[in-house]
Order: sequence, then C-alpha cells, then structure tokens
Amino acid sequence: MIEQNLSLLLVIIPLLSAPVTAILPNARSAWLLTLAVTWTCLILAGWQITLVTDGSIISYELGGWSPPWGIEYRIDAMNAFVALIVSGIAAITLPYALLSVEKEIPLEKIPLFYSAFQLCLVGLLGIAQTGDVFNLFVFLEISSLSSYALIAMGEQRRSLTAAYQYLIMGTIGATFLLIGIGLIYAETGTLNMLDLNQRLQPILDHRTVHTGFAFIVVGIALKLALFPLHLWLPNAYKYAPSVISVFLAATATKVAVYIMLRMVFGVFSDEFVRKTPTDHMFLLLGAFGVIMASATAIYQRDVKRLFAYSSIAQVSYIVLGIGLSSVLGVTAALVHVFNHALMKGALFMACGALVYRLGSSRFENLNGVGRQMPWTCVAIFIASLSLIGIPGTAGFISKWYFVLAALEQESWPIALVILLGSLLAVGYVWKIVELLFLRPASDSTATVGEAPAALLVPMWLLVIANIYFGFNTELTVNVADTAARMLGLGMNHE
Amino acid sequence: MWIDSLPPFAPFYIAALLALIARGRLQSLVMLAAPVLGGLHLWLDVSPGIVTAMPIMEYELVLMRTDRLSLVFGYIFHIAAFVAVIYSLHTRDTSQKVSSLFYAGSALGAVFAGDLITLFIFWELLALSSVFLIWASRTERAIRSGTRYLLIQVSSGMLLLAGALIRYHQTGSLEFDFIGLEGLSGLLIFLAFGIKCAFPLLHNWLTDAYPEATPSGAVFLSVFTTKTAVYALARGYPGTEILIYIGAVMTCFPIFFAVIENDLRRVLAYSLINQLGFMVCGIGIGTALALNGTVAHAFSHILYKALLFMSMGAILYRAGTIKASDLGGLYKSMPKTAALCIVGACSISAFPLFSGFVSKSMILAAMLEEGHDYLWLVLLFASAGVVHHAGIKVPYFGFFAKDSGIRTQEAPLNMLVAMSIAAALCIFIGVQPLYLYALLPWEVEYWPYEMTHVLSQMQLLLFAALAFGWLNKLGLHPPEIHAVNIDVEWLYRKLIPKFAHHAYEAAQRIYRTTTVTLRRTSNEAEKSMIKTSLGRFSLAASWPTGSMVFWIAVILGAYLLADAIH
Repeated sequence: MIEQNLSLLLVIIPLLSAPVTAILPNARSAWLLTLAVTWTCLILAGWQITLVTDGSIISYELGGWSPPWGIEYRIDAMNAFVALIVSGIAAITLPYALLSVEKEIPLEKIPLFYSAFQLCLVGLLGIAQTGDVFNLFVFLEISSLSSYALIAMGEQRRSLTAAYQYLIMGTIGATFLLIGIGLIYAETGTLNMLDLNQRLQPILDHRTVHTGFAFIVVGIALKLALFPLHLWLPNAYKYAPSVISVFLAATATKVAVYIMLRMVFGVFSDEFVRKTPTDHMFLLLGAFGVIMASATAIYQRDVKRLFAYSSIAQVSYIVLGIGLSSVLGVTAALVHVFNHALMKGALFMACGALVYRLGSSRFENLNGVGRQMPWTCVAIFIASLSLIGIPGTAGFISKWYFVLAALEQESWPIALVILLGSLLAVGYVWKIVELLFLRPASDSTATVGEAPAALLVPMWLLVIANIYFGFNTELTVNVADTAARMLGLGMNHE
Repeated sequence: MWIDSLPPFAPFYIAALLALIARGRLQSLVMLAAPVLGGLHLWLDVSPGIVTAMPIMEYELVLMRTDRLSLVFGYIFHIAAFVAVIYSLHTRDTSQKVSSLFYAGSALGAVFAGDLITLFIFWELLALSSVFLIWASRTERAIRSGTRYLLIQVSSGMLLLAGALIRYHQTGSLEFDFIGLEGLSGLLIFLAFGIKCAFPLLHNWLTDAYPEATPSGAVFLSVFTTKTAVYALARGYPGTEILIYIGAVMTCFPIFFAVIENDLRRVLAYSLINQLGFMVCGIGIGTALALNGTVAHAFSHILYKALLFMSMGAILYRAGTIKASDLGGLYKSMPKTAALCIVGACSISAFPLFSGFVSKSMILAAMLEEGHDYLWLVLLFASAGVVHHAGIKVPYFGFFAKDSGIRTQEAPLNMLVAMSIAAALCIFIGVQPLYLYALLPWEVEYWPYEMTHVLSQMQLLLFAALAFGWLNKLGLHPPEIHAVNIDVEWLYRKLIPKFAHHAYEAAQRIYRTTTVTLRRTSNEAEKSMIKTSLGRFSLAASWPTGSMVFWIAVILGAYLLADAIH
C-alpha cells in the first residue's frame, strides 16, 4: 500500500503535519514532530530512489485523474535524486536545529518556525515529485513564501530587509515562470510535462514558444541565483537563522537547478537549446559567475557572506554543466548538485556553530578561534578542501566531471575557467584558514568553548559524507548518469 | 596473499598517524618500525609484476605496480628513510617527524604509482608534506622560502594534472609508462617532471628552500623529491635526446655558484643539481647501460648526499651556523663527524673504492659508447668541479680551514649512528659494486675497476685538488663572505615584484581616473534627471532590488534579441 502511494506520501506527510505543528503548545514537541516527519520523508525518499535507479519510472495519478487532464507525479532517477537530497539535508539539519533554533528564535515562535520549515520542505519535495508544470509553479510558491517567512525570523532587524528583497526578486522570478508557462499553455493547451514535450516538438519554431521559453529560463535563473541575478542571495543567507542558512544553501538553489534541467531538457529539448542562444548564454554567464563570484568571495569580511558568494560560484559551475548540454555535462551538474549540498550543508552548519558560540560570523570576531573550537574549524577546513576540489573529497569528483565534460567538447576556455575557479577558491579558503588558525586569538575568542555535540555530530556527518562520496561514487555518478540519459540528451547528435 | 599487494606507502602513512599520538620512546619506535618493516616487506614479499588497483569512478587507480625499476627506487628510499629517521631521533618536534614520514611515504607512493592520477596525488602530497620540514625551522626566511617552494611544487603538480587529463582525452589511457615529448600533454608532463627535477631555470626552489630546512629536514629533502622526479623521467622519457643537453647544463652551471656560495648547505644544494645532471644525462642517452647508470647513481647519490647533508646538519646543530666564513677548525671538537663527512666527500668526488665512482662511471661510459664525445668532456669538467666544491670545499671549510675558535661537542649519538650507516654503505658499494649492479633494472655486463679508468679518474681528482690548493694558496679562491647569492631567482624575487608594483600603481591610477570621471558624469546625469518629472521616483536609489530588476530586463532583452537574430 505504501509503495503504491510512495510519491504522494512524500509530499502529503509534511503538508498535513505543518498545520499540526503550528498549533503545538511548546517548542520541544514541535521539534520532535518535525524530526519525525523529516526522517520519515528521508526513508520514503530512500525507498523511492531504489525503485528508479535502474531507469524505470513511477507514474502516480493524483486523485485517479489520468494525465494529461489530471496531475501526474512522474518519478524518474532525477526526481528521486533531488527528493533524496532535499529530504536528506532536512533530516540531518533537524538534530542540529534543536539548540540552534532555541538560541536564535523567540520561544513562542518556534512551533510556527517549524511549521514554516515543513511547508518549505513540502514545496521543495513537491517540485521534485510533480510532473505538471503548473503544479510545479504552485510548489515553488509554497517553498518560496515559507522561506521568506523563515529568513525574516533571523535575529537581526536586517533579516527583514533581506527577506523583503528576496520576496520581491523571488516573486518576479515566479511571475516570469508563470508568464512562460502561460504562453506555452496557450500554444499547446496542456500542462503535463510529458505531454508538453510531445506537443511542443512540431511548433518549436513559433515565436510564442521562444518567448515563453525565454521567460521560463530567466525566471528560473533568478531562482537559482545565476550571475548577475544573484544579488538577493548573500543577504538572504547571511541574515537567515543559522538552520535556515544550512537548509536553503544546501537545497533551494539545487531544486532550482532541477527545475531548470527539467524545463530546458525535459519539456523542451537539447536540440531546441542548441538552436536558441540558450547554451551560449549559460556558458557565458556561468563562466562570468564562476570567476566574479569567487573573486568577490575573497573580499568578504564575513564567513557566511563569503560562503554565500562561493555558493553563487558553485551554482555557476552547475550552469556551465547545463550549458554544455551533453550527457557528461548534465551528469557533472547533477553530481555537483549533490556534492555541493554536502559541502555547503557542512560549512553553514559550522558557521552556525560559530554564531552559536560567538554571536557573530564577522571576521573581526573570529580571530584564531581554531584553537578554542577545533572540531568546528577543522570541519570548515575539510569541507573547504572539498569546495576547492582536492582529490579524495566529493568536490574533486564533480570538478573532474566538469573538466571531462568541457574537454569532451574541446571547450578549452571552459576547462580553464573551471580550474581558475578552483584556484580562486584556494584564495578564499586560505583567508578562512588564516583567520581561524593562524591569527592570534582576541579577547572574545580566547575563552570561548567548543560547540555542543548536538551541533557537531550532524556537521561531522556531512564532513564525513564529503570524504565518503569522494571515494564511493556509485550512488552519485550512476544516478546522475541515468538521469541525464533519461532527459533524452545525446540522442539526436551522436 | 593480500600482504604482498600492500602498497609500500601504507606502512609510512600508518606510522605517521601513530607518531602523531605517540610520544617519547614509543614514537621513536614507531618511526623506526615504518622503514624497517616496510623495507623487509618490500625485500621479502614483493616481487616484480604485482599490480594493486583501486577502482574509483570509472577508472582504476593503480596504487602499486612493481617492476625492477620501481623496486630499486623503493629499496633505496627505505634505506634512506631509515637512516634519516635515526638521524632525526633527537628532535622533539612532532610535526616535523610526522611530516617526514608522510613525505617518505608519498615518495614511495609516487614511485609505485601505476597511473598518472595516482602519480599526481602523491606528487602533490609530496609537496604538501615536505614543506613542513622547511617551515619547521620557524624563521621568517624559512617560512618565506617554504612558501615559494610550495607554490612552485604545487604548480608542477598542476601541470602534471593538466598533462594527464589531456593525455587521457587524447589516448583514453592514464597508464604511467613511456610518455615521450609528442603533443601538448607530453610537454606539460615533461615540464612538471622538470620542475621537480630542478632543470636549469626551474631549479631555484631547490637552492632557495633546502638550506632553510631544519638539519634533519634537509636530509629528508635531499633524498626524496628530486629522486622521485628522476624516477618519473626515467620511466616516462628514457632516450629523449634533449635530456642529454639539459643534463649537461645541469652538471656545469651549479659549479660556479657552488664555488662562490658561503652557506655550506646551499653549496650542497647546488652540488645536488650537478649530480642530478649526471642522472638526467643518463636518462637522455637511454641505453640500458646509461639507464642502469642513472639508477645506480641515484642509489649511491642518495646515500652520500644524505651523508653530507647529515654532517653539515650536525655542524649546524652543534655550532649554530653553517656559513663557511664563520666556521673552521671544527675537526678538533667533532673528529668523528669530520671523518664521516670525508667519506661522503670521497664518494661524491667519485674516488675509486667509494660509491660515486662505480655509478658515475657507468653514465660516462655510456656517453662515450653513444659517441657524445664533447658532452663527455663537459661531464668530465663537471666531475672536476664536483671534486672542487663538494669534495674539498665542504669538508675543508666545515672542519679545517682557519680555526674560528668554535669549540663544541661531538654530534649526538643518533646522528653518528645514522652517518656511520650511510658511510658504511658508501664504502661497501664502492668496494663490492656487484651487489648494487644485481639490483639494477636491466641486465648489463659492466665492471668499473679497469686500469685506464681508475688512473684517469685519479688524475682528474688530483688535478682538481691541485687547483683548489693552488688557488687557495695564491688567494685567488673566491673569498667566503656573508652574502646572499641569487641566480635566476632574481626574476621572481626582484623583477616581477617590481614590475607588479608598477603595474598595480598604473592600474590604481587608471581606476581612480575612471571612477572620478564616471562619478562626475553620473552626478551630472543624476542632476539633470532630478530636474525631469521622473526624478520624483528616485530612480537612482542603489539597493540591490533595483539593480537586479535592471539585470533581469537586460538578460531577457538580450536573450530575445539574440534569439531573434539566431
């Protein structure tokens, strides 16, 4: 029974428990319920991925209405992969959340916080599961609206401004997406992705379709913080509560990447991409993004902001992978989606631990804290090595595939950009290492203690995962490869 | 059985981790156990032809691939590591000990690597682990030159990786075997090896960093980094003709710098490059005899160069300085060290019955066999130079010369033991070369002790000694003074910083002018804007939302335009 309704349960469980959480009387019980929900989702997502790794597809008809009239949940390897990342990060964030949230959020608001968190989870999981473009838009709005609320709950007053800016930008992005969906709906009369794909093929030359596609791409590009549409991101990540920084940094842009892949290659096609300037735009903006965002990261004076800029750079790598529009490129992009979630999850957890103890993530408050908080700082160090792409870490695997994908098409400039990005990453990582380990401790950092185990354990789980997935690539690369092939890439031009 | 496929780097890495937590005697024991057990394992269990691979992604990382070439380097690395560990037993600096074990292990990893990616990983680990041996001196100079060293070594690794990737892309294979100079990948890898092997103009990291390392650190450094590069060249580029010329230049130019250099460890660093030159020549010739000569020379060179670095390290440890101008007369306080140093000096000078003689002569003989007569003369000149600066200058200024009045103790026991082992091996190889020849990778009939050969070598030695004595007598020998001699390092230590400084200033000026102009124009534009009716909407407000919406418009507009043109 569960197996038949797996795809739906993954979305419906957090959706139903979110309002329940909101009315729970105290913080602990809200946390406990959320914990149970996230781990259930993780188990379901893990189950789901085992069913589709061989390339099969689960099709679930919502309410018994058959597609293309009803909403269809259509799970292939890529959907299951993204759902696994989202629920996995949520599940590992929750044990970390207990202390961090109690410290940063007023007690009476904690049930609401967890309720919003679950809604955000619903949105992200829903995006991953659905096979219907309008349904996808609805889930995108659910996740976005709840994340505005979550960011606004940050301790500083500036988090309100950050959330407001994000709201404006996010709404514009969503509106663009909706306009695009509207245009292609007007052309085809259907909203089911599979159906759209088939019906669009004969009319791919229509100007309306092209315009709709442009709106969709730009709208999603805003959501995934494609350079230069990234300006909302650093503030949103910096001023959000630590837990939300972890969760959003590890999942939100990744889900946007998924939407991009699904819309661009699944609904339209790689042939269409190559006919339009899309692939060039991705390569151009991706290359600029890698270099500009990495260079900007070097000049940051705040650990969270620094890693936020590095996130933009990493997303730009992924965009480069999409822009190559080959099986290898998309595989690299998907592998990096997974690996980057691991790195940034660990890094923002460590930042949260610093904030937990020191109340700030600004450089001037962190001098030489590595001696007092060795576990936290070594975690930052290892995850940063992964960020650079040192062999033996997960980051190396993704960089390796990016370089291979670039070389496959003989795009030397792209390969060079990828390596240059790594070099710049060495630059900003060195700044952090120097700050944490080499500077003499100041008064505030000389007496501080190590972060509590409740924060350290999830953080180190992710750090170890960074190393583990640097050696064992069975899950990541195989699933990503299957997913890339199922997008129909490489069928027309080999 | 699994034990014979245990990669040789593993015991060292495990010991390094154990040494990190152990202290005192236990730590010493762990450190000694690594080369002893590892060496026994290699000698007894491991035979040529073993391949251990670890699958990762769709590749197989070949962690261990044994043949006679890699095995002989494996043996000497174990012996050298054993000697160097004994030599460093007295230090209490755990970080230095741990990194030296990691370093030795990485060198073994590189030597037994069967594919280019594994080689690259150990290549970089070699750089990362060794830099701590330089930084461990904890002086400002050491930290700076260590950083320069690291930068150069890491870029060598980058070149190697780039070459490996291109090679994989072109040939579909990552196997580490004959590479050859063809194509971009061959050149990049050649350059990567060349940096580590201290090719002329790429050599500065060596003379810059080695003299700054700690006494025992310099011993480790003299053994592993460059010899790993020699191994890599011998495997990847045997018979590449340009190497003969590169090697010939390497044997000659350091002589001049070594003669004027005051820091005796830097003299040894120059002489290290000179000796590498012989090996590079041998690789370039590429015949079985020449390659055997290279391997044999690497083998004996590791021992006597380590011995010389150890004796100089002992002086530095006891007297606190290693400047030729400040030393002298130390044979009175350190007679045993002096004697052992002379054994090393005899070996490097290729005195008959010492190890240098039996190995270097193979390369020279191979050179004549292949008809490179002029280059043979060059190498002969270089041999005389070696006698002069390493064979005579180092022990003379270190232990004899004018008495400087320094009175100190004999070197610590562990240093003496280490030096004695190395010295004994130097003599043993010199007297019984057949044992060394039996280890060499190729079957060659060669016997160094022929009358003509011995006589001509003696002539050369005596003549070089005569020159030294004569120059010294007449006061023509370059005086030993406190000075920093820099050669082509001038490029990046003086010229480039100066140039960069100017460029930076120019960029600043341009930036300032542009911003001032831009600001002025934008101010004027804003003023005229405010006068219009649109001004009420404060369009100039510069918070991100505004500029982001602007960018959205730009991108959407540009995209649609491009699409329309497409």
